[in-house]
Amino acid sequence: MNFDLTEDRQMLQDSLRRFLKDKYGIEHRNEVAYTAPFHDPAKWTELTELGALFALASEEAGGMGGTGFDISVVFEELGRALNPEPVLGALMASRLLAAAGADQEALLSGTKRYAVGLGELDAPYDLSQMTTTATDGKLSGRKSIVYGGQAADAFLIAAKSGDGLAIYEVAAADASVTGYALMDGAGAAEVVLENTPGTLILDNAEAAIADAVNAGIVGLCSEAVGAMDVLHAMTVDYLKQRKQFGRPIGTFQVLQHRAVDMLTEIEQSRSIVIKAAAELGGPDAARYASMAKNLIGRAGRLVAEEAIQMHGGIAMTWEYPGSHYGKRLIMIDAQLGDTDYHLSQVMAA
Amino acid sequence: MDLNFTPEEEAFRQEVRDFFKENLPDDIRDAVRDGKELTKDIMERYHAILNKKGWLATIWPKEFGGPGWGPVERHIFEEEGARAHAPRIVPFGLSMLGPVLQKFGSKEQQDYYLPRILNGDDWWCQGYSEPGAGSDLASLKTRAVRDGDEWVINGQKTWTTLGQHADWIFCLCRTDPDVKQQEGISFILVDMSTPGVEVRPIKLIEGGHEVNEVFFTDVRVPYGNLVGEENKGWTIAKYLLTHERTGIAGVGFSMQELEEVKALAQRVMRNGKPLSQDPLFAARIAQAEIDLEAMKITNLRMLFTAQKQGAPGPETSILKIKGTVINQEFKDLRRRALGPNAAPFPGSLADTNLDVAPQGNANNAARYFNNRKTSIFGGSNEIQRNILTKTMLGL
Repeated sequence: MNFDLTEDRQMLQDSLRRFLKDKYGIEHRNEVAYTAPFHDPAKWTELTELGALFALASEEAGGMGGTGFDISVVFEELGRALNPEPVLGALMASRLLAAAGADQEALLSGTKRYAVGLGELDAPYDLSQMTTTATDGKLSGRKSIVYGGQAADAFLIAAKSGDGLAIYEVAAADASVTGYALMDGAGAAEVVLENTPGTLILDNAEAAIADAVNAGIVGLCSEAVGAMDVLHAMTVDYLKQRKQFGRPIGTFQVLQHRAVDMLTEIEQSRSIVIKAAAELGGPDAARYASMAKNLIGRAGRLVAEEAIQMHGGIAMTWEYPGSHYGKRLIMIDAQLGDTDYHLSQVMAA
Repeated sequence: MDLNFTPEEEAFRQEVRDFFKENLPDDIRDAVRDGKELTKDIMERYHAILNKKGWLATIWPKEFGGPGWGPVERHIFEEEGARAHAPRIVPFGLSMLGPVLQKFGSKEQQDYYLPRILNGDDWWCQGYSEPGAGSDLASLKTRAVRDGDEWVINGQKTWTTLGQHADWIFCLCRTDPDVKQQEGISFILVDMSTPGVEVRPIKLIEGGHEVNEVFFTDVRVPYGNLVGEENKGWTIAKYLLTHERTGIAGVGFSMQELEEVKALAQRVMRNGKPLSQDPLFAARIAQAEIDLEAMKITNLRMLFTAQKQGAPGPETSILKIKGTVINQEFKDLRRRALGPNAAPFPGSLADTNLDVAPQGNANNAARYFNNRKTSIFGGSNEIQRNILTKTMLGL
């Protein structure tokens, strides 16, 4: 048993944290996250030069990592900095391309941006209900809230093909792509396909899709842990500084205990994400990913809502960074399956 | 990171599992499994079984007769014990007084009391809480006044767990009333058969008897029963309270509860179907299971820290808070799974052969009520939050 980071991951964590702190401060983040293309292409290049994407793929796939713990380290830092770059799409695309045995040099070096289209308007999580179809290399359907889709060069689209699911690569230029910013910053797109040409990269793709989703969940949950850490620290600082009735509000026990409850749920979240990361790629990956996503959904909401409440009016302002962390924590629940969806997955397993 | 136990640790787990399988008597296992009252006889027999194996004083160093285990081995032992339906070891002599004597006691006290604790010659109880001093322990009032070679003790202790069986009690007494609250307290050992010691039972919410009031009226004990320095008892009290707290999360017991509530939900019928197929109830179980899964890792992370640093940090308060709440949730789920069949008062059906609840579950409501204590005792969960407020948040 060992809960320490390896030296390599520690170095990756340090360099990412330094880069994001120095060059991707919250004001810059807020500027790019809500202005088309809803991320910073120049900073994306710098991020990829740091090796952030190579850490997401195994050596066989051309990367230098690819385990749950590698993914966790990268996304926790993205979460701490509230970073809007489309790394989630890169991670999930990398898993799908690896399953297909396809080359992903362009993806990992950051020169070709991928987004993954799975969910649909009426089937955001449960892929058995999707309606996008592929016939003779032509795709028809609509993929909703495709994360990073506004900035993608190519899409990996899940479609019904025969009895099963297949993954097709579709060039962004061939599809009808409507990009927009999300409530919590960063971009997504609606991708409408009408007899759109695609290249089949993987047939019978159910297992590969499940793996990509599980990896994405490990990433998102790690991101949430990073964001929760920061928002909790901000809240504790605020409790020390803000005075009411002649004393710091952090001296009031009712607020102290609530801040401790946040801490407790964050530690529980960190634990379940470690477990999900450890199981990624194994036979129980989906079960533990679902457990993590359920707990993160509950804890994230608690941390966000309590932080806003304890900050009072200041947390209602756009100017205060904590408000943006709160938004991310609430909205992250709706990505790749929410608390209720994943609870039902745990019940069914 | 690596969440796996080493091959040596896995082998140790197997050894512990085999030990319980071969040495835990059926009647003890059944009593624990079915939530029956654990008699003094049961606890003494279990104590002797562990002592024979050398696994009784799990937190004592080897020199005093402990097995020399680290935090991980203790964790494995506790988990396997819960799995085997072994009782919890009565902690007062072994986990509380033992370490105190080892750190603060005289050589003479160590040589006399420690072997007697191991042999089961003395049953100890704890004289900390008072009617006016629960979680605010420093405000205790029981007085010990020196009179020549003796202490004269007057006052009242309460919540004295299993004091009805005890031969000895270790007490915090006020020995100097004129200094700051924490500075005038001493740690004194009292033979319960001394004239002036009176034990009165406190009947608990569910009808059971496990705690007592202990009254001291002009109780005279030798001055040498003082442990450590006079008026330095608060240091000892704090040491005792923050001492090694593996097992505080009760993960092994909650894992056992999870298994049992799942089995129960398959046996209990609702609307013509097993309760386990009711989505609302199944969701409640699943959510508790997720919290427990996280708790397992939180517990291991803190064991890892304890193993590395030699002692666990203040974050063990997180284990106390969350671990007790999760365990209480399982108790609640079992009670609710039975519905009205959990309602009969334990013992009142003893004369019939009629089962009102699935086998082994007749005491579920009693267990639920009794278990409310865990978030109150050992420093209430609110006190744990105060500790975390200071140590982790710096507020």
